[in-house]
Amino acid sequence: MSTIFEIGAEGRHGLRLPELDFDEKPIEELLSPELIRKEDPKLPEVSQIEVVRHYTKLSKMNYGVDDGIYPLGSCTMKYNPRINEETARLPQFAYAHPFQSEEFSQGCLQLMHELSQILCKIAGLDAITLQPVAGAHGELTGMLLIKKYFEKRGELQKRKKILLPDSAHGTNPASAAALGFEVVELKSNERGLVDLEALKAQVDETVAGLMITNPNTLGLFEEDILHITETIHDVGGFVYYDGANLNAIVGRARPGDMGVDIMHYNLHKTFTTPHGGGGPGAGPIAVVKTLAPYLPVPLINKSKKGDEYFFDCARPDSIGKIHSFYGNFGMLVRAYTYIRIMGDEGLRAISTNAVLNANYMLHRLKSVYKAPFDRVCKHEFVITSKGMNEHLRTLDIAKRLIDFGVHPSSIYFPLIVPEVMMVEPTETVSKKEMDYFVDALLQIAKEMKENPEILKSAPHVTPVKRLDDVRAAREPVLRA
Amino acid sequence: MPYPSEYRYSKEHEWVKLEGANARMGITDFAQHELGDVVYVELPKVGRKVKQHESFAVVESVKAASEVYAPVSGEVIEVNKKLENQPELINKSPHTEGWMVVLRIDTPKELDNLLTAADYEKHIGGK
Repeated sequence: MSTIFEIGAEGRHGLRLPELDFDEKPIEELLSPELIRKEDPKLPEVSQIEVVRHYTKLSKMNYGVDDGIYPLGSCTMKYNPRINEETARLPQFAYAHPFQSEEFSQGCLQLMHELSQILCKIAGLDAITLQPVAGAHGELTGMLLIKKYFEKRGELQKRKKILLPDSAHGTNPASAAALGFEVVELKSNERGLVDLEALKAQVDETVAGLMITNPNTLGLFEEDILHITETIHDVGGFVYYDGANLNAIVGRARPGDMGVDIMHYNLHKTFTTPHGGGGPGAGPIAVVKTLAPYLPVPLINKSKKGDEYFFDCARPDSIGKIHSFYGNFGMLVRAYTYIRIMGDEGLRAISTNAVLNANYMLHRLKSVYKAPFDRVCKHEFVITSKGMNEHLRTLDIAKRLIDFGVHPSSIYFPLIVPEVMMVEPTETVSKKEMDYFVDALLQIAKEMKENPEILKSAPHVTPVKRLDDVRAAREPVLRA
Repeated sequence: MPYPSEYRYSKEHEWVKLEGANARMGITDFAQHELGDVVYVELPKVGRKVKQHESFAVVESVKAASEVYAPVSGEVIEVNKKLENQPELINKSPHTEGWMVVLRIDTPKELDNLLTAADYEKHIGGK
């Protein structure tokens, strides 16, 4: 397929501007010489229909959650209900300006305040900021709160360690290290859970906190979570909960009850706001009372009389702002809509069905692919191709899956399982879609024995064939 | 690929070759195979002092970025500059041309914590 620069013709354009109704002035009179271009910029010269056809063609090559199953583990690529878009486009929300006065923003503020309360209730925590715009941004904010807390107590010199399991998302150690904490990795035990002995060996007064995902990235519930959080609290540290896998427990279990002190939500995962390239993210964080004074400003509060919402900026211990204005407000409207429509029962049905679906797929696959942790999982599971054909890798399986018209699962994560595939179907896929995906994987397993070449050369149906990812990484061309 | 019997190995898949009071080190054939194609190697600066088991280099493959741990304590006296432009040497020749660092050994006794080739092969046999 051609790029937009390769179609069209010289002088072609898609718009005709109206006649000037005032006298034209030469540009030299308006701008100083150094601001005036010597040559015209190289813009595509295309007609309107060429533009429309070009981008329509491109969009047909794309694959998104609206096309079908998209089982990336720990990403929760579920359906984004259209009603979210409807409410987000209501002019009262869509045209609200961040500099609008509180008086004229009462509806927006009420929505943010109510969403705050609902999210706190879901987490079992006390206070919240809606400002962070991604999960990792929430992590960074959480680490800033911990840092500020110890700074205030004059313990920052001593509190230098952040512990995390070796199954953690890569952003966890990055967020902690970015603020100067020393990252200490805890090995998982043979059941895929935090090893309590390894934890005990690291826990002392130098621990600022522990970051944990529950269920973890192997799709397994950390059964010793209460013991783990207690161990950290005993030495005065905080427990940070990575909410990436909240879809597995929403409405059923609350991180606050597990002893968690800070958590982030991924509104673009659990609460169906657009994900990845589809739109900006949102990663609010909720905290226990002890950390509330340090939250970013402004918080959204209600007046004592209860008749007015306002931006609460008078918070002297706050870490300050971590994003412009109030975070990605449009995402807050979508998440609020989704939660209100689902209600209590609906939210519980999310986790029930997400977990049921993952177990159904695991059950069908584990006779052919090896499940390193062969027991009931939560909303996602891991399998491996290790030992099936030594000349093929999981990468080849993922590429071959594309030929079946589906999006592959995550691969090579978590790092602790070799040749791993990490599958998260979510609650919004049908049994038929899951069966199709499983059947494709079983068919591929057969091909691994009978026709390995077809995997090596996959994908075959895409506009570009197998990309040379090694060369792309070794010799990146970042600018044409 | 055979594991040279005169080398010593860590459970974290580094090899060590004794050269007088110095130790040349790299990652094992098993490690490079698990990582897949190596695309970038971050080496420590010459002069850096490291403790045994301390992470002091990073090997990035198409799959993941992985830490490399110092098999013994010591000072970095030489690094393999060739890896800057030819990270694939780690895949092609992990035990010789793909060496990463030469350390001046601080505590020779630490070498006793490392595995023999036979023990290392047993260690990876279960994987």
